[in-house]
Amino acid sequence: MKTINKTFKQISQYPSAVFGLFIIMLLVILAVYAMATIPYSEAIRLWRGGEDVVYMNPKNVPPAWVNIFRKTRLPESFAVKSSEGEITKTVTPGADNTASIDFEYPFEFDYDVYPQELMLYFTSTYASKNPFVSIYIITPTGEELRVGDFGVSAKQTFRFSQDERFIRRLVREKRDENPMIGIFSIPETEPPVPQKGTYKLFVQGQTFEANSDLNVEFVLHGQSYGLAGTDHARRDLMVALLWGAPIALAFGLLAALATSILSMAIAAIGAWYGGWLDELIQRITEVNLVLPFLAILIMVGTFYTTSIWTILGVTIALSIFTGAVKSYRAVFLQVKESTYIEAAKAYGASNFRIVFLYLIPRMIPLLIPTLVSAVPAYVFLEASLALLGLGDPVLPTWGKVINDAYSNGALYKEQYYWILEPAVLLMITGLGFAMLGFALDRIFNPRLRGI
Amino acid sequence: MADTTLLQIDNLKLHFKTGRGTVQAVDGVNFTLNANEAIVVVGESGCGKSSLAKAILRLLPRNVQEYSGKVYLNGRELMGLNDEEFRQQIRWIKMAMVPQAAMNALNPVLKVGDQVAEPMMVHFGVKKDEALAQAQKMFQHVGVPDDFIGRYAFELSGGMRQRVALAMSLVTTPDLIILDEPTSALDVLTQANIFNLLKRIKSQMATSFILITHDIATSSELADRAAVMYAGQIVEVSDAKTFYSEPHHPYSAKLMASVPKLRGNTIPDFIVGQPPSLINPPTGCRFAARCPKRFARCVEEPPVIQLDGNLVKCWLYA
Repeated sequence: MKTINKTFKQISQYPSAVFGLFIIMLLVILAVYAMATIPYSEAIRLWRGGEDVVYMNPKNVPPAWVNIFRKTRLPESFAVKSSEGEITKTVTPGADNTASIDFEYPFEFDYDVYPQELMLYFTSTYASKNPFVSIYIITPTGEELRVGDFGVSAKQTFRFSQDERFIRRLVREKRDENPMIGIFSIPETEPPVPQKGTYKLFVQGQTFEANSDLNVEFVLHGQSYGLAGTDHARRDLMVALLWGAPIALAFGLLAALATSILSMAIAAIGAWYGGWLDELIQRITEVNLVLPFLAILIMVGTFYTTSIWTILGVTIALSIFTGAVKSYRAVFLQVKESTYIEAAKAYGASNFRIVFLYLIPRMIPLLIPTLVSAVPAYVFLEASLALLGLGDPVLPTWGKVINDAYSNGALYKEQYYWILEPAVLLMITGLGFAMLGFALDRIFNPRLRGI
Repeated sequence: MADTTLLQIDNLKLHFKTGRGTVQAVDGVNFTLNANEAIVVVGESGCGKSSLAKAILRLLPRNVQEYSGKVYLNGRELMGLNDEEFRQQIRWIKMAMVPQAAMNALNPVLKVGDQVAEPMMVHFGVKKDEALAQAQKMFQHVGVPDDFIGRYAFELSGGMRQRVALAMSLVTTPDLIILDEPTSALDVLTQANIFNLLKRIKSQMATSFILITHDIATSSELADRAAVMYAGQIVEVSDAKTFYSEPHHPYSAKLMASVPKLRGNTIPDFIVGQPPSLINPPTGCRFAARCPKRFARCVEEPPVIQLDGNLVKCWLYA
């Protein structure tokens, strides 16, 4: 305890270490927040749920906050439901069990770019006669655009830009044939200029049965979304960025801890017992050193499984018998000859006790900085593997996001946010651990300490 | 002084294998030690003193070629025990050792209190706080302030570390403590302190000591008897009075003459030549080549001769 306090006191003397520790704390908070707010199953559902989960998201759009830095404002996405009272629903009963159900939703549009898509999701209940709807958009100038009239089934989707009759109608009204431009621009301008102001969606519904009901969800796919934007599969990148943190930290910490502690223990055992055991450990290390690490991982990923935990296991297994074993052994061989080790032998300490109470504690000052510096290396390794297409097929990780962005040509399409967000998180992680690691190295290794 | 035999060593041999041949570090050593007796083993550097200590405690390096002979402790033969039995039953329970350069014999990452408590925990399986209480008692015994218990070895002075190492050897109250150069790196004042402490321990705890040293003068403080080692063999075992006043063996005499005297004008003497190599020791008397009193028979292996209860290995007395 005293040692820990002392270490913290010393760390506080290195501003870089304090900053590094601060970054690590932030990452830990981020990881805990991610796990607390989005449970694992929910994260997997959001990431892999498909169109049912992400239909309300636009495709490949940057985060909403980019508007702060832009001259032309990108429309933000929204989705509203009449079933939750977000759309005004007025039911007027008529004769013979009929009823007219009107939906009204006014929305502000003061952006300089057209949205990606407008969509209506109808859900209705009926026995034999299905309800009928007429859709209108009322522009800020009061012009009424008739979008379409049709009977709706139990579940029906209406996409504004894919309706042929609407497009023909727009052309007839001398508006642009792209429905988004047609709806949202000032009429008869060339090139089209967005019309800013309050638009109103108006859906006139008619039911023909006693217990028939109608509800609608209105979705606007803008050109920006949320805090992190979306990818090619309309997924909110925030899920991956948030859940990437605990995964990256877990992978990095587990790999670093396991490899350094096991390397050290194995080196200590080899150095202490010597003989054939030491020889065996050294030969295994030498063989392992010439094995192509990445190639083996790729082979495991290709032929066996890309599960992150299997990859973690293989990574650890391949990283135990490395140069670390050799360098630890060199120090242990020196320590082994110390008088106090002989004294321990003399008072009857068992071999186990000598290895774990006398040899290994001597190495802990060396171990801690190495361990801390090794964490980002393994975080990056995980990201590199994901980039090589060996990312976990289920989990959303930072590396997977970069891989998706890369394979979809994000940089060629100027979708920088897609690459930069996970990259910055990776860099920050590396920076935090590196800064702390260097400071710890200086604290525990007096030779590096300045006067 | 009780005259019961505590330790009896018969023809103890410890030979090392090296690249240049077999080093006969301990070559047929015999002596006995009574209970509550201190024997000082003196000799030049490299004569096998420390190897003798290691041979008794079976702290063998890897390159042992021959390790034979008989060691009886309280009548019990020790050479027949296997390593694990020896570790569990003998080390620190019956025999403890304060190693050479005891100042470095403390684990730098353990608090000295824990270090002293260690043998208790290893051998008697006592709880840590109990062992620490015992350690504290030993600290009082050897004159280390109580609050040092939570310090690390590097926070202590050389003399204090020596005391801690001594406390560590005493904590399990063994019958025999082997002190290997206990005061070699200490100043004279501290040396005197340590020897006074050893004397007190000897009288209070009835411990026996084997004191290995090349410092003949200070060793006289504690010694009941003296054994002189030369080239891996013991050449003389005498009671302290005889040894310090009129030693029998010519080598002992030369050794005594080499000690500077505080009074008188005698210039310290020295011995011509070097001790023989332990790889290929000369036949006959090993000291013969440097002996001022050698004569024809010295080429033959000298017998061990009893002189009023003292032993001397020299043809002069045959």
